[in-house]
Amino acid sequence: MSGLAMPKPDGTTMRRRDEIVADMRIIVPGEGVVDAANAMRAFESDGLTAYRQLPLVVVLPQTVAQVSRVLKYCSDRNIRVVPRGSGTSLSGGALPLQDAVLLVMSRFNRILEIDFQNRVVVAQPGVTNLGITTAVEQEGFYYAPDPSSQIACSIGGNVAENSGGVHCLKYGLTANNVLGIEMVLMNGEVVRLGGSHLDAEGYDLLGVMTGSEGLLGVVTEVTVRILKKPETARALLIGFPTSEQAGQCVADIIGAGIIPGGMEMMDRPAIRAAEDFVHAGYPRDVEALLIVELDGPGVEVDHLIGLVEAIAYRNGSTTCRISQSEQERLSFWAGRKAAFPAVGRISPDYYCMDGTIPRKELPRVLAGMRELSEKYGLGVANVFHAGDGNLHPLILYDANVPGELEKAESFGADILRLCVKVGGVLTGEHGVGVEKRDLMPEMFSQIDLDQQMRVKCAFDPNHLLNPGKVFPQLRRCAELGRMHVHRGQVAFPDIPRF
Amino acid sequence: MTTFTPTTSAETHSTVAWAAAEDSPLEILGHGSKRGIGRPQQSEHTLDLSKLSGVTLYEPAELVLSAKAGTRLAEIECLLAENGQQLAFEPMDYGPLLGGEPGRGTIGGVLAANLSGPRRLKAGAARDHILGISAVSGRGEAFKSGGRVVKNVTGYDLSKLMANSWGTLAVFTDVTFKVLPAAETEVTLAIRGLLDDHAAAAMALALGSSAEVSSAAHLPERVAARVADGSLGSDAATLLRIEGFGPSVAYRIAALKDLLKDAGPLQEISGPVSYSVWRDIRDCAPFAGGGGRPVWRVSMAPSQGHQMVLALRMQAAVDAFYDWQGGLIWLRMQQDDPEAGLLRGLIRRHGGGHATLVRATPSHRAAVPVFEPQAPQLAALSARLKAEFDPKNILNPGRMAAGAGSATLAAATEGGAQ
Repeated sequence: MSGLAMPKPDGTTMRRRDEIVADMRIIVPGEGVVDAANAMRAFESDGLTAYRQLPLVVVLPQTVAQVSRVLKYCSDRNIRVVPRGSGTSLSGGALPLQDAVLLVMSRFNRILEIDFQNRVVVAQPGVTNLGITTAVEQEGFYYAPDPSSQIACSIGGNVAENSGGVHCLKYGLTANNVLGIEMVLMNGEVVRLGGSHLDAEGYDLLGVMTGSEGLLGVVTEVTVRILKKPETARALLIGFPTSEQAGQCVADIIGAGIIPGGMEMMDRPAIRAAEDFVHAGYPRDVEALLIVELDGPGVEVDHLIGLVEAIAYRNGSTTCRISQSEQERLSFWAGRKAAFPAVGRISPDYYCMDGTIPRKELPRVLAGMRELSEKYGLGVANVFHAGDGNLHPLILYDANVPGELEKAESFGADILRLCVKVGGVLTGEHGVGVEKRDLMPEMFSQIDLDQQMRVKCAFDPNHLLNPGKVFPQLRRCAELGRMHVHRGQVAFPDIPRF
Repeated sequence: MTTFTPTTSAETHSTVAWAAAEDSPLEILGHGSKRGIGRPQQSEHTLDLSKLSGVTLYEPAELVLSAKAGTRLAEIECLLAENGQQLAFEPMDYGPLLGGEPGRGTIGGVLAANLSGPRRLKAGAARDHILGISAVSGRGEAFKSGGRVVKNVTGYDLSKLMANSWGTLAVFTDVTFKVLPAAETEVTLAIRGLLDDHAAAAMALALGSSAEVSSAAHLPERVAARVADGSLGSDAATLLRIEGFGPSVAYRIAALKDLLKDAGPLQEISGPVSYSVWRDIRDCAPFAGGGGRPVWRVSMAPSQGHQMVLALRMQAAVDAFYDWQGGLIWLRMQQDDPEAGLLRGLIRRHGGGHATLVRATPSHRAAVPVFEPQAPQLAALSARLKAEFDPKNILNPGRMAAGAGSATLAAATEGGAQ
């Protein structure tokens, strides 16, 4: 991936940069256009910091009309556009292109409507994920999806990435919690999908927009469902001698009809790194540690804690602590939440992967990872959203050692191939972006990818919006649109009979 | 006129590829339980998927089930129930409402119509539980999307795009759904005798509490008698369903009773009566029969539903009842209805939403847009998607709109009385 090929910069656009900057200043007056290289540095990468690129110009619109005019202007002149929210993507979804306008939505930062009766909030896309909860928590409500970047990541970016979080097995991903959006297409048209009501009247364009990684349209307004906060939450911290036992415990909890609010697993290297860092009181002598959080009315939580404790014991748990206070519950989470920086302490750099696997394959995938770890000579620590099978291996490397970044990336790619091989997928929540773009053929045939690209063609036929992301190879829409079947030349000239 | 009845994905693929090559439109069918929904079609041939049947993967601990598209929903629900699981989105059965037998819907039809039920409020619809599909596009290309794991953002979510596409974008051959544990206990709290506006306020209060109400419906007077074999009596019933583990359900019912103690007379309903109340609400049983008068299904913001109905009643005679906290409105018109434009205009004036004419005569369905017309830019976008997946318009042509794609608002206002 270090040799990542991005679309060839368009010479015409590059030559006309001054004119484009001046025109952008007319469309977005005031402080909304940034073109000095030193000021644009702040935008040169997102959460995937291995890749950096200065954009053509940074534009920060404030109104839907400005977004529409910018896109129409660029569409008419064949200028590429990369949309960006808060820039917390871990897959390079907001990586700028040299010849593209970087359209930054951070000034769309207002909550437009709070409707407790229908339990919806209408927000501009630059409002942070946590900002929505903050706006409604005085009434006891919250917005459920909670990606770990929730203090910074924007709700518009959450729509683009279909963000999850530790609670999504029970409360769903962004796609399950967004009721409507307003967006601007590359040609400048403003389209509204959904609203405060449920389900769409036609094709589920909201469903396909969610997780489309900024390639289909620029979101300018989001309507989300809010929920009443559960009365209580308590957690269990359970240690196991083997990952198989921990995995079986998870399966048995679900088998007993329990869907915990959160269910996280860590392997030994991750446990040790976290414990050394925050001293959360994690047991050091276990191979796998589970955090199971149960939320709801107190009587329900107490009832389920009893059931989970018994299931853990049956599966050979060697330690099992139950939080007796809110403080203790938070201390259980402290190590898990600090797992990434904790790993950052034991290694100069780490590379975070994001595959999902059928849960029962966990032992096989962990074993495969240990072999790969030896092969590449790089360490790996694992944190795992155990309920939904979403695995985050953290590959330890040193970017200052020549060749180690490339080695870490190859290791990561091999892990994702393994995930696909056992029936899983390349990315559970971080998105494809540029990072996993070239691995897409591991999971999809060319025909599968063609169907996805045809969706792109319906929205943005000239591939101007966020090109170089998601698809390993762009095919021209005119070519994709051609029917390759003609009367008399097909494989099935006769009526099929069976 | 040929009916193709494939038994494998490969046969399905070759049929669609043949139809694409021959420019020969196909009507896509399971058992035909929803055949009467949509604009009447005149397809040359029929693709009957009812023999493309069988569960291909079910792993309860992984919360995942895959089945061939023509598998009966009833068969899948039986299998899940044996393992204490369910499709949490509670897909409705249109059969009885449309004058057919119950239990004939297929799992492919569940996705094609994006079915759901009273638990939609809390658990979502088919679109929220679909994990992956294999399908054949109108180009005759067999493709897959998604996977078999419950968390996946790899590539565009074409599976969701297929929800509510009514067989007009692709023919599904296999579908994979997320399944969930079924609740151990269910109890329904009924508030009796409320008018629509008071019912809406009571439901909003309940849903805004931490009682985790999974379903909220309001059956006005007269309608209440038409569920669960009349066991509710005829007084209006505002129904709140609480599901979960026994101790939790008892606690939350007590909390709700306290919250609603001044709302009206309260009644607890449990066991088989509660199940059949929600099944009948799910399937719109109160309006089954009744001489086949037109039935509309409307989705709006919950607080707006009863206000729209009140305004509608000023100008037309309708029966109505409410699900989804008042946001899903089932309407039965008193006579053959000329009111499509009137109804849709009122919905727009009450915050927007959509109306689908789910039961009507073929001539009626040919005369008014069955599905909610869309704003011109959105309709054009939908038409471009249709053209990408089915450029020759051979899959259920005209079912969702005259021509290809979707009806526009402009087209709707031509025929409707605005």
